Formats: sequence, structure tokens, C-alpha cells
Amino acid sequence: MTQDSPILKVSNLVKHFPITSGGIFQRTTGAVKAVDGISLEVFPGETLGLVGESGCGKSTAGRTILRLLEPTSGSIEFEGQNLIKVSKRELVFMRREMQMIFQDPYSSLNPRATVGDIISAPFQVQGVKPVGGLRSAVGDLMERVGLNPEHFNRYPNEFSGGQRQRIGIARAIALQPKLIVCDEPVSALDVSIQAQILNLLADIQNDFGIAYVFVAHDLSVVRHISDRVAVMYLGQIMESAPSELLYTEPLHPYTHALLSAIPIPDPDLERNRERIILSGDLPSPSNPPAGCVFNTRCWKAEDKCRSERPVLREISMGHQVACHFPEQNLLETISIAPTGTDFIA
Amino acid sequence: MSETDEVLLSVRNLYVEFSTDDGLVSAVNDLSYDLKRGKTLAIVGESGSGKSVSSMALMGLVAGMNAKVSGEVYFDGQQLVGADPESVRKLRGDRMAMIFQDPLSSLHPFFRIGDQLVEAVQVHHDIDKKQAQVRVKAMLERVGIPDVDQRMNEYPHQLSGGMRQRVMIGMSLINNPELLIADEPTTALDVTVQAQILELLKDLQKEFGTAIILITHDLGVVADMADEVVVMYGGSAVEHAPVREIFYEPAMPYTWGLIASIPQISAKHAHLDPIPGNPPSLINLPSGCVFAPRCTFKHLVSDGLCENERPQLLPVSPEHTSRCHLTQNQRTDIRRERLIGRQK
Amino acid sequence: MLMVFMLTILSIVTFLLFNAVPTDPARLTCGKTCSPATIEANRIRLGLDQPLISQYLEWIKGIFAGRTYGSGTATFNCDAPCLGYSFRNGEQVTDMILTSLPVTIYLAIGAFVLWMVGGISTGIYAARKKGKWQDRAIMGATLVGYSLPVFFIGILMLIFVVVRWNILPYPSYVGPNVDTLQFLQTMILPWISLAILYAAYYTRLTRSQMLDTMSEDYIRTARAKGLPEKTVLRKHALRAGLTPIVTSAGLDLAGLLGGAVITEYIFGLPGLGRLAIGAVTEYDLPTITATTLVAATFIIVANIVVDLLYAAIDPRVRLQ
Repeated sequence: MTQDSPILKVSNLVKHFPITSGGIFQRTTGAVKAVDGISLEVFPGETLGLVGESGCGKSTAGRTILRLLEPTSGSIEFEGQNLIKVSKRELVFMRREMQMIFQDPYSSLNPRATVGDIISAPFQVQGVKPVGGLRSAVGDLMERVGLNPEHFNRYPNEFSGGQRQRIGIARAIALQPKLIVCDEPVSALDVSIQAQILNLLADIQNDFGIAYVFVAHDLSVVRHISDRVAVMYLGQIMESAPSELLYTEPLHPYTHALLSAIPIPDPDLERNRERIILSGDLPSPSNPPAGCVFNTRCWKAEDKCRSERPVLREISMGHQVACHFPEQNLLETISIAPTGTDFIA
Repeated sequence: MSETDEVLLSVRNLYVEFSTDDGLVSAVNDLSYDLKRGKTLAIVGESGSGKSVSSMALMGLVAGMNAKVSGEVYFDGQQLVGADPESVRKLRGDRMAMIFQDPLSSLHPFFRIGDQLVEAVQVHHDIDKKQAQVRVKAMLERVGIPDVDQRMNEYPHQLSGGMRQRVMIGMSLINNPELLIADEPTTALDVTVQAQILELLKDLQKEFGTAIILITHDLGVVADMADEVVVMYGGSAVEHAPVREIFYEPAMPYTWGLIASIPQISAKHAHLDPIPGNPPSLINLPSGCVFAPRCTFKHLVSDGLCENERPQLLPVSPEHTSRCHLTQNQRTDIRRERLIGRQK
Repeated sequence: MLMVFMLTILSIVTFLLFNAVPTDPARLTCGKTCSPATIEANRIRLGLDQPLISQYLEWIKGIFAGRTYGSGTATFNCDAPCLGYSFRNGEQVTDMILTSLPVTIYLAIGAFVLWMVGGISTGIYAARKKGKWQDRAIMGATLVGYSLPVFFIGILMLIFVVVRWNILPYPSYVGPNVDTLQFLQTMILPWISLAILYAAYYTRLTRSQMLDTMSEDYIRTARAKGLPEKTVLRKHALRAGLTPIVTSAGLDLAGLLGGAVITEYIFGLPGLGRLAIGAVTEYDLPTITATTLVAATFIIVANIVVDLLYAAIDPRVRLQ
């Protein structure tokens, strides 16, 4: 973690989607609590991983942070400025500093625009005239992300999934933003292509010092790319810690279960470890359990968990957990820590 | 029921071609493997590798897709390629069954869960609805559906993803098939649910002695489930070995690349070592090794052999075959240098 | 609830559309040689001197409770549902509609049955033969059928079947109870000419629906269960594929029930469409308003019926 002040500071962010009854006079009958009071900080040049299962609110959180969705309440400070208070107009200007990369490289690019159009759009929207001309700036960007600049006039459908994701990345870094929210950027890609894109994202971060909020469901990918990781469940952050610490010494039972559920690509290791199998399904985010939201699936839940919502508290340096009974000494019980075999891949 | 070492399914030189507007697509090229009763064979590969199509073909499910299937598939001694479609249909859902990636789209949205399973029983057994319902109920209970009586009257969209996949599994196993083809059965599910489903599959396999073909791209799932592994690339099997040998002594560059590409939950922050380039188009496959255009080791082989001649699937050890022109010594050296697999 | 709301809005719009016109409706009530005194008398008798809002309320009251025109000795009773008096022939509009409605209903339903049976079965056949010559021939034919206007088909059939070949007598409408043979002889050509147009459309719709459905994952599951192809097609594919067709069919039928203007005109059928056309050319405001209201009511009711049917077919809609 750096000594700088955070580039992004999110406090008590809430995003509820109203549920309305049908008919002409729509009445609000409830709310899907997609994001229910999360707080996080991102420092310049670092990657914060936001993980969780489907429906945990991680993607909504990512979008709300950029105000692509209007937050219900809470505050988002970007370089000291509260994003919630700025006007739409100022927001457009601020978007120069904060960009987004989407999951689906097939539907997030306009099929009728050429690659050149797509990558030069940020310059035109923001009225930026790059030194040396637009064409050469776009060419440089294409080269930077591993695309052939001669393909300037091609359309997205002429590219493979991996290449389309490169187009999306080129567009996002065009104005050299300080923050990029990456929403599941590799989950639609095959493994060999996924690795190419992850490396590209890491290289770009090194070169430009961009901070990432990396939203993903794949814990292995998140560990690979993140400096710090926050685990979400039903709209709340369960645990947040520097990446190494979170994966080796998880304190929240949910994190523990999540980690133990991931099959490891090593047959001996995989077949000789204890696995926590959570029972039941995710409760509905429109009607989350009282108390700790995880209590319905937690094997350690006690009465207190069913009545009192635990707050996110710092247990050790940079390691926060929202649990009444955090785990201890997990290095012994969790078998995913490096073992005696020197299996390296 | 399951005599060990008895071969249930034997695939020999299977080819599947599709004629499309763009040309002839060679989806599966010369695929051969054996599957013993009660065992799990994982077929690993990326999209377009032919892993799904090959299994659809042996179930007779590519008919009507302008597909041409050739080669031999022996299921319990019965040749299926070119067999009377009616006799293959009678095997489907009875002695060989299949589950798919997305349980929501794979269940019919308009019919009740119970009815969909009852139909699966009745198509193969001449019993009345009442009796069929009793069997369905027992099976749904077995696959871990709570409140079965109520669930049987519900529709697929009312269940969670994990429950739907349990229903699919129950439906596929309802007639106690000898072979289950599971096509990416957990890809659409969350990890905690995936863990539940994999555990269920293992238990059921033990209980019923079902042989499983597990089609997946996830090497973690392979490590957990498989006895044997076939790695497919560009429609061909490029490596075939028992599961430990695939992970600890992988024998050819594509498998190496695949293993090196996956970020590991147990490994530290390191640069990944991806395979350069993109998977091949299945129209006009290269005449040499299908992996040659992306292979970083082909310069070690003389005379442009990799580009010109398709390597045979040759043994590297008694139960382990691979398709590669590199010599045994070259492979051992590369594995040692690059720290690939388990080091001795 | 929703239906009542929509019908109210609809009645207001229709009423205003035709009654707030800049012409003087009272002037239209009698011919060219009309004295100002008669016009004034008619204006008062028909309540046209009242403000628009009370005219509307009277009109609505007439529909539900009936109304009385005029005052003193010169009164006319108009029983519910009263849609007013025709300016032209002094008949009650309700009676006029009741005589022409059955004609339109016979026409619409007959054509509907023909095109649904023809279109859907041809569509399924084309889908099964996708890409083969049968499919291409059918698709070609539907393109022709779809692009031919109904008056062209109608007139062509009249010329050949009736005039040239004398296969059928010249159409002259009688009710089915009066002379069933003559009824059928009159209706068969209109049925066919209307059905051709719609059948072409439904063939294409059914074909594309079936092809979409056949590539669904649950069809693959049905085959993987070992179901015979016939069951896969009839039970699993057809039910899912038909849903959008039901929607379309409901609305098309309702549209026709409001009057198949051109077909009725060509074949001289005294249906709602011809009533409406006649009323328009003669500026018969109460009749125009009434026929519009009837046609629009059919559409609204059909919409609701379609929604209900949709819910009956697709449980995902039902349980929302």
C-alpha cells in the first residue's frame, strides 16, 4: 500500500433497485438491495479486486462507483471531489480520468463503428487533440494493446473475442485515465486468451500507473492481478485485505468457504484437502437475512449472528472483516497454501 | 454392475464435418479413446476444440445440422456411427445420457419439473404416470432437492441455478444410464455451487457405477474429477493420459501452454505465460500440426516438419500418448528448464 | 381495471375526434334544402346545443342506460346500448351495427381458420425442410402472396372464378340461416382472398419461430432424453414456438373484426367495414364514431385475451 492519499474513496455506498408492481400506477413494493453500504479505498496505481458470486452486487458496485448508475446514497470521492455532487456536465469531463472495461467484448462495441472510430471516440467526446494527430495517436494505442494499426478501418465483428477486448482496453486507456473499473474483463474468454489479456492489463498498469477496480467472480484471476481484495456477499463487503493475506489467512467463514470451493489444478493437492461445502443457495437480495447476511449458510452462526449485523472492523494492518466470530489459524486448516510439492505452472 | 476394466465406450477415428456457407468445417478430426465402466474421462479444450461436438456426435445429436459423422463408436459393443437412428434414439436417455452447461435454457420453460422427468422415464419404460412419479420423486430426493413434492409442480425459472442443475442431473440419471456425458456442467454456476454439484456427481457415480465423459475447460475441475484426460485442440486429441500424468508430466506444448495460462489460487503474483496467437479456424486447417502456428518450440524440430506433416498420436509412456514432433529428450529438457509439471 | 381505463380514454378520444370537428353537425342532419329552423330544431333535439362535455356524458349514458332525444311530445327513445341516431337515415346506429357485425364476424373467422391452419402447417413443413427445394419454393410463394394486395387477389378471383369460368354465382350476401349454400358460395372467395395474404405472413412467421425454437437448448435436451422426433417437434418445439404466433393472431383477428374494408367492398358484403366507409363518405358522425368505437374495443379486448393466453402458455409470464 502506498503512502499517498486514496484516489478513490467510497463511503457507505448504497444502490437499491426499486421493485414495482405492474399496471399503470406503479407502486414501489420493495427494493433489490444490490449494494447495501460498502466502503472502500483505492490508491493510485494499485489494483483492488472485488470478488463475489453472481448476485452479490459487485458489478453494480463497479458501475455505481463511476456513476454509470445513480447511487441511492453514500459518497464517492474521486481525487477529493465528491462525484455525487457534481453536475452531469462536470461528470463528462471527469470521465476522462475514470474509464470502464466491460465483460462482453461482443456486445460492448458498436458493430457499425470501425475500430479507429471506437478508439478515437474518447478524444472527440472530450475535445482532446492529441499531439501528432488523432490517427497516429490511435495507431499508437492499437500497437500498445497488441493490435495491428493497419486494421484501423476494420469492424469489431472481424476480430476474435480476445482482440475485441484489446479494442475495449485501447479505448479505455486513450486519455490516460487514473482509474479503470474492469467488469469481468476476461470471463468471456478462453484460458489461453485470458492470460494474454491479464498480462496486457498488468503491463499497462506498470506503464501508466493506472489504478484498477477489478470486478470478477474468478478468485484465481483476482488473486493474480490484485494488490488488495474485497469479498462481497449480498451487497456487503465481508472481508477486505491485502491479496496475499486474504488468500492465505482468510478471516471470514464465507471467504474460507469460497476459497476451499475452488478446484485446484493439481490432482494430488485437490484430492487430499478438506473442502467446506456450503449448503443452500444465496438468499434473495430483495429480502436479505437479518443480522449477518451470511448467517443462513454459515456453519458457525450463533444467535448473535441472526440478530446483529457485524460491522467491517480492522483486525490487523489492512485486514478488515465483518464477522462476529472470525476464523483463526487458518494456515493449518486451509490446504491451498503452498505445499511441499514444487509444482509450478 | 460395473466390472472394472471393462470397456464401455470405444471411439475409433471419429470425424465430424459440417458443411456451412463458408466451407467445410472439420470439427473433429480422427479422435479415438476408450472409456471403462464407472470411470471418468475428461475432455479438455478451448472453444472450437471439438470437445462438445465429438460427444454430441456419439449421442447422435448432430443429425439435422448438416453434419457428416464417420469413424466408429462402439457403445457396449454396438456400433453407433451409421446405425439406424431409431436404435440410437432408444439408447439416448436410457443407457447414455447427457447434461449441459446452462441448466436454465436446457430445461423446457413451459413444463413442470416433475413432468419433464416423468417424460424421461416414460419414453423408455412402459409404466404409468403414478409409478413414474414415484421414481422421479425418489431421484429428486437423491440429488438433494428439498420439498420435492412442491418442487415437482414448479417450473424451471422458479429454481436457483444450482437446483436446476440438480434437476438436470436427476433427469439424466433417472434411467440409470451406463454413460453420462457432462458438457461443462458447472461452468454457469458459482464456485460454492460448483463444489456442491461436483460432490454430488462423484457420489452418484460411486453409487450407480456410471461412466462419465466430463467436457470442460477448467483444469481445476479436471484435477478433481478425472481418471483420464484427453486434451483437444483444433478438433484433434493432442494428448491423452491418466490425470496425474497430464498435470505432472505433460508431454506437448499445447498442454504446457494451457497449464501455464491459468492463474492459480495457490500461486503467487507472477506473470502468466500465455499461448501467443489465436485458436485456428476449423475451415482450412493447417496441413501440418494444428498447433504449429502458435507453438514456441517448433524451431527445435528440423526441416519445417511441424508445418508440413501432421504428427501421429504416439505413446510417451504405456498409458500416455501425445501428438508432437519433439523428441522425448527435448520434451524432458524443456520441462526441466521451464519448470513445467512436477519436478523430480 | 386496465381495460376499463383504456376503454374510457378510447371513448373520449373517439368522441372528440369526430364531434369536435369544425363543421356544424346539426347542418349535416338534413339535406341541401334545409331550412335554418329545421337545423336548429334538430340541434336541440339531438342535444348538439349542449356543451361538449355534457354531450359526451349523454353519449356514454346512452351506451349503458339508453337515452331519450328531444323533449315534450317530440321524443325518441333509444334503448341501451344506444350509440345514437344516424344523421342520414334516422336509424338507430346500434341496429345498423348489429346487422352488419355478423357479416364481418363470419368473414373474419372463416378467413382466420383458413390462414391459421394453412399458414402454420406450411410453416412447420418449410422449417423441417429448411434449405431444401420445398422450403425455397414455399418461401418464394409466400413472398408473392405477401406482396399481392388484397384487392388484386379479390378482383382477380372474381374475374376468373365468377365471370370467366362461372364456377360460382355472382356473390350476393344472405345469412347462413337463410340459404346456407348461397352463403358459402358468397363467402368462399372473400375468405380465400383474405386468407392468402395472412397465410403468407403466418407461414413465414411460423417457419422462423420453429427454426429459432429448434435450436434452443431444451430441444437438445428433449432429444438427449431419447424422445422420438415427432414428440420433440409437436410437444416441445411447437408449444414454445407458437407463443408469438398467438399474439399476432389475436391482434390480426381483432383487426379484421373491426371491418375488412376492402374485401367487404369488393365482394359487396354488408359488413362493418362497408358501414364505416359509407358513413365516412356521407359524413354520418354518430355512425363513424360508433364503428370506430366497436373496432377499437375489439383490439383492446383482443390485447387482453392475448395477454391471458400468453400467461396460460408460458408459466414465466404467469408467475411474475
